[in-house]
Amino acid sequence: MKIVLKNIILFNPEQKLNKKSNLLIIDGVINKIGNLSNDDLKNARVFDLNDMYCVPGLFDMHVHLREPGREDEETVTTGCNAAASGGFTGVACMPNTEPSIDSAEVVTLIKERAKDHLVDVFPIAAATVGRKGDVLSPMAELIDAGAVGFSDDGVAIKTARILKTALEYSKMFDVPIIEHCEDETLAGGSMNESINSTKLGLPPLPSVAEDLIVARDIMMAEYTGGRVHIAHISTKKSVELVRQAKAKGLKVTSEVTPHHFHMTDDLVSTYNTNTKMNPPLRTQKDVDAIIDALKDGTIDCIASDHAPHSLEEKEMEFEYAPNGIVGLETQLGLALTELYHRNILTIEQLVEKLSINPRKILNLSVPKFEVGEKANITIIDTEHVWSVDIKKFKSISKNSPFHNRLLKGKAIAVINNDKMLFNDELIK
Amino acid sequence: MSLSGRHLLGMYNVPKNDIQLILDTAITFKEVLDRPIKRVPTLQGKTIVNLFYENSTRTRISFELAEKRLSADALNFSVSTSSVSKGESFKDTIKNIEAMKVDMIVVRHAAAGVPYYLTQISDSNVINAGDGIHEHPTQALLDMYSIREKLGKLEGIKVCIVGDIAHSRVALSNIYGLKTMGAEVSVCGPSTMIPKFIEELGVKAIHNIDEAIQENDVLNILRIQLERKAREYFPSIREYQRYFGITEARLNKNGKDILILHPGPINRGVEISSEVADGPYQIILNQVTNGVAVRMAVLYLLGTQN
Ligand SMILES: [Zn+2]
Repeated sequence: MKIVLKNIILFNPEQKLNKKSNLLIIDGVINKIGNLSNDDLKNARVFDLNDMYCVPGLFDMHVHLREPGREDEETVTTGCNAAASGGFTGVACMPNTEPSIDSAEVVTLIKERAKDHLVDVFPIAAATVGRKGDVLSPMAELIDAGAVGFSDDGVAIKTARILKTALEYSKMFDVPIIEHCEDETLAGGSMNESINSTKLGLPPLPSVAEDLIVARDIMMAEYTGGRVHIAHISTKKSVELVRQAKAKGLKVTSEVTPHHFHMTDDLVSTYNTNTKMNPPLRTQKDVDAIIDALKDGTIDCIASDHAPHSLEEKEMEFEYAPNGIVGLETQLGLALTELYHRNILTIEQLVEKLSINPRKILNLSVPKFEVGEKANITIIDTEHVWSVDIKKFKSISKNSPFHNRLLKGKAIAVINNDKMLFNDELIK
Repeated sequence: MSLSGRHLLGMYNVPKNDIQLILDTAITFKEVLDRPIKRVPTLQGKTIVNLFYENSTRTRISFELAEKRLSADALNFSVSTSSVSKGESFKDTIKNIEAMKVDMIVVRHAAAGVPYYLTQISDSNVINAGDGIHEHPTQALLDMYSIREKLGKLEGIKVCIVGDIAHSRVALSNIYGLKTMGAEVSVCGPSTMIPKFIEELGVKAIHNIDEAIQENDVLNILRIQLERKAREYFPSIREYQRYFGITEARLNKNGKDILILHPGPINRGVEISSEVADGPYQIILNQVTNGVAVRMAVLYLLGTQN
């Protein structure tokens, strides 16, 4: 396939690249950059993308694809379709499947299912067998099969003892332990503990439940020299702890979801189960701290925590509903609307947090715009105004609080693995 | 005169005029309850479902009686909590009940927010008969009615709610309702039983029961849950009884007229001693009678709108 991208802004902070240019891609490989001849244009699909950003393909390092086990909610294929539609060319999927990703077989199954897709899928394997916190997972085998990190996501690694072992062992492969930070003895609440939980009569989940495990994990990273990545950070205190850890030079990184960088627990007021997630929506003070941490680099990545749930599961009593929302198809729009257009992050910082940093944390190479390099590209129109319509989601599940939300900024196209999706249409 | 809303989901944001109207209407119905023939035809032809997902015989009977006194057709629909997880979804249950053409639903549920959720999926008038640890508005209304009946007013009256505030649906409704009516509200209990941010609601939190007795006109004593799960918030029943239990000796020591309320059922010898529960200050059984009158008022006002 021969593709020409005309009048794009080639933008790659890794290469210090920011210039208007044209790109010729042949069979998935960058063939030419700059002025193109008539010959170059011959038999090519030409896209004139006046002043849109052409950035290294976006990467979401925290998604739940539900396969194997809950294929009624999402599969590797539908999750990849959702990712591509949302502007992502790569995702890392979490191991809380059924069975969990704690054996080479399951890693292989997921890689197999994703094989022919535009989107690359990198499994995060369970840190402990069955995510139960008792026995270390076969990490070397899992890495060999294609796992890029370890996590017991859904819960924190159960004990300090097994965490210590996991960090020491995973050090051999220089991969991160990705932690869902929540003290299990304080877990079980339905929303953040605040005046709102009192007013709504919902069982509270205190922010200190997160802070405690963040503190534990940072200390353990320091002690073992292992790498810890704090998933979906949500509290002011956690952010402060990560900032201190980074100042000390520890191998600690973090990510935040779009909902945690711009929503507060005030939104739970109508018991909408699409405002129920774990970690829960917090307070304005926490959101303010997260914004500062995004700016100063304490938070390295933006990740969706894409958590598909069926309608039946979400249409119920708030306390009984499962946690989480889908996010792949709204994440970039929310980041552009809430961070870029509000002058909180520059486009450069956004590309770092949505593409470069997550790849680096998972030891994946960052796509480059050079002749001979594989084309792994997201085209972003920062000015495109659109309205979220859950009925158009490629994800099987529609559990999103953003239905009908007006957003500014969207991915117009993604290119990867010699495939191109343009305005949600696969280009042949 | 009519209420400003179609439902009674809680006391949060219920305007003063509405509360006033309910309490005044309840006076008329209390008179009805004293007549030889205790029935009025006001809600004849209306169908009211008492949808109880939690066992609460007292509240259900009180509503049922109120419905019958108003000549409504009352249906009881009890769902045991154990079957909830396996059985049909809440939404399906509601759709089924709605198909039977009901006018009002009185709902009791262990999960907070269910009455609100019900208004989203049903056209009936909804009355919250207690949702999780959220609200129990008719209890607050009957408490307010009982206080007003005894003391002549609510404005300026000092009320302290005593006990496990954090796990009580009665406390929050009382706080909202009483504050709207101009009462001064405080809460008293072990600090583990007081929500961390409660003072943001404009109520004072204290931990000394003698202070509570001295400074208030009314004590509303909540029932202490004796089940194991609830017990993690205080060391022992003996310790609770000793430091927060209302006894005659304690009332005498503080030598002061005070009104004692309790939503029932009472744990004699725990949050309240037998002498106090049966003594001159309490109006616990008045509350029960008033409960029927207040619920009649609520049902009548919601059922005859438009
Ligand atoms: Zn998680």
